[in-house]
Amino acid sequence: MRKLITGLLLAFAVFAWTGGSQIYAQDEASAAEEAAVAAEEMAEEGGGDATAGEEGSDDGSGGIDKADTAWIMAATALVLFMTIPGLSLFYGGLVRSKNVLSVLMHCFFITCVMTIFWLVCGYSLALTEGCPFIGGFDRVFLKGLDPNAGDGIPESLLFMFQMTFVIITPALIVGAFCERMKFSAVVAFSLIWALLVYVPVCHMVWGPGGWLLKMGVIDLAGGIVVHITAGVAALVLCIKVGPRSGHLKEKMAPHNLPMCVMGTGMLWVGWFGFNGGSDLGASPDGVMAMLVTQVSAATAAIVWTSIEWYKNGKPSVLGGVTGAIAGLAAITPASGEVGPVGAMCIGTVSGIVCWYFSVVLKNRFKYDDSLDVFGVHGVGGFVGTILVAVFAAEQFGGMKDASYAIGAQLGIQVLAAFGVAGYTLIISVALAIGIDKTIGLRVDENDEREGLDVADHGEQAYNS
Amino acid sequence: MKKLEAIIKPFKLEEVKEALAEIGIEGMTVSEVKGFGRQKGHTEIYRGSEYTVDFLPKLKIETVVADDQSAQAVETIAKAAKTGKIGDGKVFVLNVEEAIRIRTDEKGDEAV
Repeated sequence: MRKLITGLLLAFAVFAWTGGSQIYAQDEASAAEEAAVAAEEMAEEGGGDATAGEEGSDDGSGGIDKADTAWIMAATALVLFMTIPGLSLFYGGLVRSKNVLSVLMHCFFITCVMTIFWLVCGYSLALTEGCPFIGGFDRVFLKGLDPNAGDGIPESLLFMFQMTFVIITPALIVGAFCERMKFSAVVAFSLIWALLVYVPVCHMVWGPGGWLLKMGVIDLAGGIVVHITAGVAALVLCIKVGPRSGHLKEKMAPHNLPMCVMGTGMLWVGWFGFNGGSDLGASPDGVMAMLVTQVSAATAAIVWTSIEWYKNGKPSVLGGVTGAIAGLAAITPASGEVGPVGAMCIGTVSGIVCWYFSVVLKNRFKYDDSLDVFGVHGVGGFVGTILVAVFAAEQFGGMKDASYAIGAQLGIQVLAAFGVAGYTLIISVALAIGIDKTIGLRVDENDEREGLDVADHGEQAYNS
Repeated sequence: MKKLEAIIKPFKLEEVKEALAEIGIEGMTVSEVKGFGRQKGHTEIYRGSEYTVDFLPKLKIETVVADDQSAQAVETIAKAAKTGKIGDGKVFVLNVEEAIRIRTDEKGDEAV
């Protein structure tokens, strides 16, 4: 373990040194550039500030719009809130009390690690110019970033807003391997997976020159980038790590359902930032994204609750909140292009299909996707990514115009969804095997029985 | 001295406590337990995972009384704890060899 940490620190130091020397070399070239940008900024400020109630500039020439910036600053906070503590509480309540701290720690520490990763190289490799599959090193350590420049919003804010997405994606996967995966393996997997899967996929869908972006894929807020990738990785890991000891034999009920409900509320509200902010502006499009988000969540929750009411005789609160999350995951890619009725349809389909995967198929094939990451996020993301092709059309209340062709778009969406899923599958399998062979993925049986809170973190959650 | 162990439905505690106080018995120890007799449990379903819960929450009341009060105490408990529905519980009577009040060192019947 110590050799691993020493090795990582050495690698980091080497990387930082080479990154630093790149900054030095580039300084002279960018100094002239910065002077030009600064001059432009001063000219704009001189003209703009004098007028009260000015219109925001949105001509793509690099002006900062205060309204857009204000909203995306708020949206950034909302999306971070989704992970800490929204998702943390949602997952925390679902596990047994002896493991609640470990789940909270996974989400919390992933937040911290991803922040630094995004700064060091994640943002640059995801969202700068490079090739269609990966970005470049222009913004390593955010070198060359001008805090005052951006397209509508400052680039520093784009960095922050996108950072909250790279934070929540590996945090989502936690739900599949909780209660039995080693903390060191969680950190290692999350970090390397973010680099090898999240960053390239983010670049392909949202980055300049991205392969899927150029193809015309529709994914406003991350149905593909966040939910499909996390869902597929979750399925891989829950199978590779194996089921929890006593799975299907012992009772493993949620230890604190009120915590789950609280977490769901935070996720739902935070999703207004997730979808409503993904247009990167304070616009009617952003408002419509919020509207359809709400409709899809509510519809899916009603559908899941109704299914349980019918099948079990009793509608459960866990079913209700899970349904809402399914609807939220499904509307994520579609929230920029569908209308309210389309959102109702997406909510309905995701409620049914996610229920089927999480309840029927999971129990039939007996894999221990403990908190239904694949069943809800993976499948939900798929559903929305495919259905947006249909409901974006104006005849179904969508935002596209008469020249839009459902068939062609459907082809793009299917290619994107399955292509990314396949890529995620391959890398996740390789990474899981690699980590298992080096540091091991799973805690030993005794530690698992005692609980990860004590075994991995030396703490008990509830000391009266 | 006799020790009475009564397993009762949790919501009956106040009634039993008051009924015992009325006949002069004012000390007891109460613990939360789980158990079943002939009463069936229930089923819980969490996202498709079904659990049959056989053990139901009950309360165990333990109190030590003088020999001559024992019969009356048993009857009092049974009457107060009864609902007539399945799962009402049971009362057991055991012999006690010695009892000591820690504060005053009193022994025997004086201690209960």
